[in-house]
Amino acid sequence: MMSGNANDISRRGRIGLLIGLALLLIAPFIGLYPVFMMKALCYAIFACAFNLLLGYTGLLSFGHAAYLGAAAYATGWLVRSGGLTPELGVLAGTVIAALCGLAVGLIAIRRQGIYFAMVTLAMAQMIYFVFLQAPFTGGEDGLQGVPRGKLFGLIPLADDRLLYYVVLAVFVAVFLFIIRIVHSPYGQVLKAIRENEPRAVSLGYDVDRYKLLAFVLSTGIAGLAGSMKTLVLGFATLSDAHWSLSGEVVLMTLLGGMGTFAGPVIGAFTIIGLQNFLADQVGSWINVIIGVIFVVCVVAFRRGFVGELLAWQQRRNKG
Amino acid sequence: MEIFGIPIQAFLGQLLLGLVNGSFYAMLSLGLAVIFGLLGIVNFAHGALYMIGAYVAFVALDSFGINYWFVLVLAPIVVGALGVVIERTLLKHLYKIDPIYGLLLTFGLALIAEGMFREKFGVSGQQYPVPELLQGATNLGFMVLPNYRAWVVVASLTVCLGTWFLIERTRLGAYLRAGTENPALVQAFGINVPVMVMLTYGAGAGLAALAGVLAAPVIQITPLMGSNLIIVVFAVVVIGGMGSILGSIITGVALGLIEGLTKVFYPEASSIVVFVIMAIVLMIRPAGLFGKEA
Amino acid sequence: MKLSKISSACALAVASLLGTSAQAQISGDVIRIGFITDMSGLYADIDGPAGAEAIKMAIADMGGAINGKKIEVLVADHQNKADVAAAKAREWFDTQGLDMLIGGTNSGTALAMAKVAAEKKKPFLVVGAATSALTNDQCTPYTVHWAYDTVALAKGTGNAVVKSGGKSWYFLTADYAFGAQLQNDTSTIVKAAGGTIVGSVKHPLSASDFSSFLLQAQSSKAQILGLANAGGDTINSIKAANEFGITKTMKLAGLLMFINDIHSLGLKATQGMYLTDSWYWNRDADARGWSRKFFEKVKRMPSSIQAGDYSAALNYLNAVKATGSDDADKVLAQMKKTKINDIFAKGGYIREDGRMVHDMYLMQVKTPAESTEPWDYYKVAETFKGDSAWTSKAESKCALWK
Repeated sequence: MMSGNANDISRRGRIGLLIGLALLLIAPFIGLYPVFMMKALCYAIFACAFNLLLGYTGLLSFGHAAYLGAAAYATGWLVRSGGLTPELGVLAGTVIAALCGLAVGLIAIRRQGIYFAMVTLAMAQMIYFVFLQAPFTGGEDGLQGVPRGKLFGLIPLADDRLLYYVVLAVFVAVFLFIIRIVHSPYGQVLKAIRENEPRAVSLGYDVDRYKLLAFVLSTGIAGLAGSMKTLVLGFATLSDAHWSLSGEVVLMTLLGGMGTFAGPVIGAFTIIGLQNFLADQVGSWINVIIGVIFVVCVVAFRRGFVGELLAWQQRRNKG
Repeated sequence: MEIFGIPIQAFLGQLLLGLVNGSFYAMLSLGLAVIFGLLGIVNFAHGALYMIGAYVAFVALDSFGINYWFVLVLAPIVVGALGVVIERTLLKHLYKIDPIYGLLLTFGLALIAEGMFREKFGVSGQQYPVPELLQGATNLGFMVLPNYRAWVVVASLTVCLGTWFLIERTRLGAYLRAGTENPALVQAFGINVPVMVMLTYGAGAGLAALAGVLAAPVIQITPLMGSNLIIVVFAVVVIGGMGSILGSIITGVALGLIEGLTKVFYPEASSIVVFVIMAIVLMIRPAGLFGKEA
Repeated sequence: MKLSKISSACALAVASLLGTSAQAQISGDVIRIGFITDMSGLYADIDGPAGAEAIKMAIADMGGAINGKKIEVLVADHQNKADVAAAKAREWFDTQGLDMLIGGTNSGTALAMAKVAAEKKKPFLVVGAATSALTNDQCTPYTVHWAYDTVALAKGTGNAVVKSGGKSWYFLTADYAFGAQLQNDTSTIVKAAGGTIVGSVKHPLSASDFSSFLLQAQSSKAQILGLANAGGDTINSIKAANEFGITKTMKLAGLLMFINDIHSLGLKATQGMYLTDSWYWNRDADARGWSRKFFEKVKRMPSSIQAGDYSAALNYLNAVKATGSDDADKVLAQMKKTKINDIFAKGGYIREDGRMVHDMYLMQVKTPAESTEPWDYYKVAETFKGDSAWTSKAESKCALWK
């Protein structure tokens, strides 16, 4: 499914990433709306987390939004009603999401392939309905009025630009962390599982353990994205745990390039950008557009932006 | 009279409504199982096809004056044709690659369908009148049962059992089942497997549309009616295991009944009970209750 | 050789630029009114795009400009999602120089937008949403609740139904802020009037099938089925209740109904029902005149919410004209000391808690025989003057009104 080159970042790749980082650093000063950028960064973290599971381990979790939502609600409630400072709230949210991931993972691992995807979807739907009913989430109205508070109890986060740099720092940390995991020995085993699971089993690896750990890591980081998002926007709602968001993160990863590092980030910015830009103009057509992009990607663009670029690069090198 | 503190009227009434829901679960999981069996595709668009069937019924009546009984036949044909087109243009590219792409493609198709119908009809739902012959209700003593709902149960179970008979007991069904196991060999015997596959998807789509027409007078026809349902149907299918046709039918009906029962005693849990059961079944019997695969 | 990652970084930049609407604009030369409501869902008929038309009528009646500054309206669909509403409101305040926000239907979204408006210190005139919490425990200096609220509905319909013999109640409630608040407020009134609450069941917003909820209601053996929902949900509850023969053993009380709902259901199904509303197009000559103009544009008679949209926009713009500024605090102060006298309300005024106090009406749906023209559906049974319809100072938990 994937080209091996995606794992090793060439010198050119590193330069490219640095340029991307530079652009993100100056974004508020070139007139980009900080709240939009923060939202996009949060969803980029979400997509990177998802990509760890799909692109690098080969597992399609079709209900990944449940973990983003779980952390969003947890952080929202703890910060608003529990009085936690933002960094503790985010930490708690991440852990809670990982625990949800552990619970679902233990059940879902029992099936493979496409069944795994269906089970994760169904479990996520169950979590969604629990959120719908639970009083602390506010149901349809959402959990509102989450204050941004003071980071470490000292630095007020109310200013959009300041918070933007905090979010950017978290994003960069997550990005580097994922690169680290993928390049580690553990990451190599995940890659082996993705490419040929029976062979990995025959080599003596406890494949289920590896998959479960990847699942927990992925859901935890997805939770981190949800927690940050709650701080930025000030609320957590059912949309955060809805299956349509689960579908969107798949699209972000697919469109940007599965199994690449920058792919999910590009995909996230593209989809969030499209939704923002077009939502007012086109109303319900946005769903159609997303659907069309899905279909086109699956039929003709499976490698995604970055994947296609890398493949083209490879062809040029050989030619 | 009371059962566990609940008046028997409420008990039996909810159970009956659960039976109606269960009939829909059975019909849809049946279609899903047939498509997966032969094409290896988990058809997320199944819910959208169900929705389109309902809208075909609505538009047929509203704009063309075609009544319910005609549209019961018309809608499955229209949507079945749509299914054939989808299979020929899009799905056939995916058979040789990872099945997740089939799921993702049909997911995209479902989004497209939903978006288009949302744009045309809005989200708030259309009404479809109960056909005259089936109007009115029968007072059963413990509840007033609208005649139409009784018809839904009878019709859907008949269709399900008819499909089961077709697949398990006829020559055509035998070809279908053989084609699932060994397409190359079946092709060598002179059966046109690609055409069979195409028609199977069309038939599955038609089945979903039929369910949609049956559902139209019962619930609000909205663009979202399919997607909410399909996820529950996925759970039904995982519980039942996709190997057995009869298994899908039994599981669907049983889960509808269980849901109805839950509404009596613990209504808040009724939306999640199917998923909880799925989790339990997965822990005990990962292949599903009637599943054949390891 | 173009760098794959450079190209992807460029794609990132382009995508980001796509996503933001240029640089933050200052409202210096334009007066911008925002309108966020349910445009396509179950509440689209009672407010929706026609509400936007009503606001445009107000702008036109002001001549399209004040002191040379153009008046503009921005319209968005919140799809009944609080996060969409809040995010859009925030974006408009931050990047579009929005001066005033008008809130449409759905109480959950209204509460979310109220918080954003309070944070940005801009006026938020809520017309479509019902929850009394907006001027009670969630009141802010910037929220003005214009047309109606759940307390008024409870006092009107609740009392009327109990007085006419409906003592035992069962609620069918929409499961979100509005339904819960309406059930709450109505229960208080019913109990105070000597009635009893037998039970309740919550249904999801925009539910597709009411049958199992209605069965639960029926087995409660209460006299009255109180419908604590609105719009499409109310219409479907009433239809399903008829289908299941519920109406033979229970009487239906539609706690929030609009003329569009009556139009949809027909007089045969709704005759004799009581409802409380803030305005009726056929109430007096002024209302009639404006409604005919509205009808020409929209081909429907206006609901009270749509008239409220017009009134809120008009009064805001008048205050802007009077103070010569679009500064939020100045304009709000002006609005709070000016009486409201237009086609919507006569002698209305804005209280300290943000409540726009005006008369409410208890109306009864006419029989088909009594109706003389299309949309002639109501007769006024009782008028609640001024303060009597709303939350009193003693009952209020609003910190601004002590």
